[in-house]
Amino acid sequence: MTDAALPLPGVAEAEAAFRADQARERMKRRLLPLAGILGFLALWAALVYVLQVPPFIAPSPFAVAHRLVTDFPKLISNLAPTAIEAITGFLLGNIAAIVTATVFVHKKSLEQAFFPVVVILNTIPVVAKAPILVLLLGNGMEPKIAIAALICFFPTLVNMVRGLESVNPQAMELMRVLSASKTEIFFKLRLQNSLPYLFSALKIAASTAVIGAIVGEWIGSTVGIGALIIQAMYAFDSALLYATVIVGSCFSVLFFLAITLAERLVVRWQPPASH
Amino acid sequence: MHAMSSAVECRNVTVRFVTERRTVTALENVSFSLQRGGFLALLGPSGCGKSTLLRVVADLIQPTAGSMAVLGQTPEEARRDRALGFVFQDAALLPWRTAIQNVQLPLEVGGGPKSLPANAPTPRELLKLVGLEGWENSFPHELSGGMRQRVSIARALVTSPRMLLMDEPFGALDEFTRDRLNEELRRIWQETRTTILFVTHSIYESVFLGESVLMLAANPGRVREQVNIDLPPDRTLAIRDTETFVRVAAGLRKSLEH
Ligand SMILES: Nc1ncnc2c1ncn2[C@@H]1O[C@H](COP(=O)(O)OP(=O)(O)O)[C@@H](O)[C@H]1O
Ligand SMILES: [Mg+2]
Repeated sequence: MTDAALPLPGVAEAEAAFRADQARERMKRRLLPLAGILGFLALWAALVYVLQVPPFIAPSPFAVAHRLVTDFPKLISNLAPTAIEAITGFLLGNIAAIVTATVFVHKKSLEQAFFPVVVILNTIPVVAKAPILVLLLGNGMEPKIAIAALICFFPTLVNMVRGLESVNPQAMELMRVLSASKTEIFFKLRLQNSLPYLFSALKIAASTAVIGAIVGEWIGSTVGIGALIIQAMYAFDSALLYATVIVGSCFSVLFFLAITLAERLVVRWQPPASH
Repeated sequence: MHAMSSAVECRNVTVRFVTERRTVTALENVSFSLQRGGFLALLGPSGCGKSTLLRVVADLIQPTAGSMAVLGQTPEEARRDRALGFVFQDAALLPWRTAIQNVQLPLEVGGGPKSLPANAPTPRELLKLVGLEGWENSFPHELSGGMRQRVSIARALVTSPRMLLMDEPFGALDEFTRDRLNEELRRIWQETRTTILFVTHSIYESVFLGESVLMLAANPGRVREQVNIDLPPDRTLAIRDTETFVRVAAGLRKSLEH
């Protein structure tokens, strides 16, 4: 290579300019979302101030921030049951979905018999399922866990079946040539193959499980983010309502990020086609 | 007794696929034999049943009629004995395993190889044999098409199989990579002394690689002719410019044309 030895005029300058350009791009990518959020908050504050919106209709961002600080213990003690319900429901619903998918893949006749039932049950909206489950399971955490679990179940089942079945046919033939057992094919081929599919379902489930728990708490609950939302609404305490919603969505985001982190740790290889 | 010394004894094999709409005769009355330690190239246009024939040898499908003996056993016994290594057109590596973990796969499943010779090469040595020293811990998506196919050859060799079945393994590669891998496959065959049954639709590849070429015709798939290739065992790519090579290849082409 002789290019390195030739001092081409202007190349170093061009490279420096290119690098500076890239650094500017990176900064922009980081700063723009932040500017967007600040702009949104400013617009919100301005509207509330200019239009003289009364506090029982909508609070100013400062009032919400104030409540987030002063009512922090109350907010956290209400987040705890919601978080427990969402996480327990998430675990139960997804484990049930993974087990069901495994059974479906190995017993096609069961899939043909029960998949339509699952699809029909899934068409019932959460808000309609919630009262049914509260009647069935009482007023404790159980119905909320059940709702969160049910809401996670369907997307994970569908994705998991697809992930377990969409194995490279030549890899399948390879396993046959190697006289691999069904168990070996499952653990060394199907399960590994399904992981990217599973994680895209889990990321959806992380947010929907929280929604399920909150909706469950709307019906005759005294604690939890959902109950606090209802109480704040009836009391026309808009600042508390907004603060509660913010705490709930912060938890949702953290849950989602935890799953994304787990995915990075588990699926270290690039999937063949990024979904 | 004759059958015992053969790697493959194929007698009047017919394979029919019955689908809802029609019946396809993929192979009709195919007979051939392959000596142990031999290198047979299966040559023919696509759709003439080459993959089907290889799948019958590997016990992935059963013939509708006729008999197939593999290493003096039924194809199923040979498969259960882990006597076969299979290389697919698309390397079929498991994307979540590194190169060396992919090579190790045959040792982990199906109860592992029945009996490995004491001097059997390790996965690491096999990767070196196929020219991938230093790439052991790379994932398939980090390797080029040619490198992936090398890994799959190493994987097929890890159980020290008595026979290697290869289904157009270099069909999807560019010409340069393909040429280099052809040369290396000849070397590997000479070093390991494994019987090889190699499917291709390239006349040049079949003449360069095979000690013998079995030509198939399509619709229905049947044997057209078997030709012995009288080229020296040590072959480099330069051999393709020799008069003998050109003459043999031209002969095969003529025979395929009518
Ligand atoms: N599983 C199958 N079901 C139905 N038809 C098949 C099947 N496998 C192969 N065939 C048919 O058999 C014929 C030979 O196929 P194949 O062995 O793949 O040919 P080649 O490998 O020489 O291209 C083709 O006509 C193909 O459509
Ligand atoms: Mg084929």
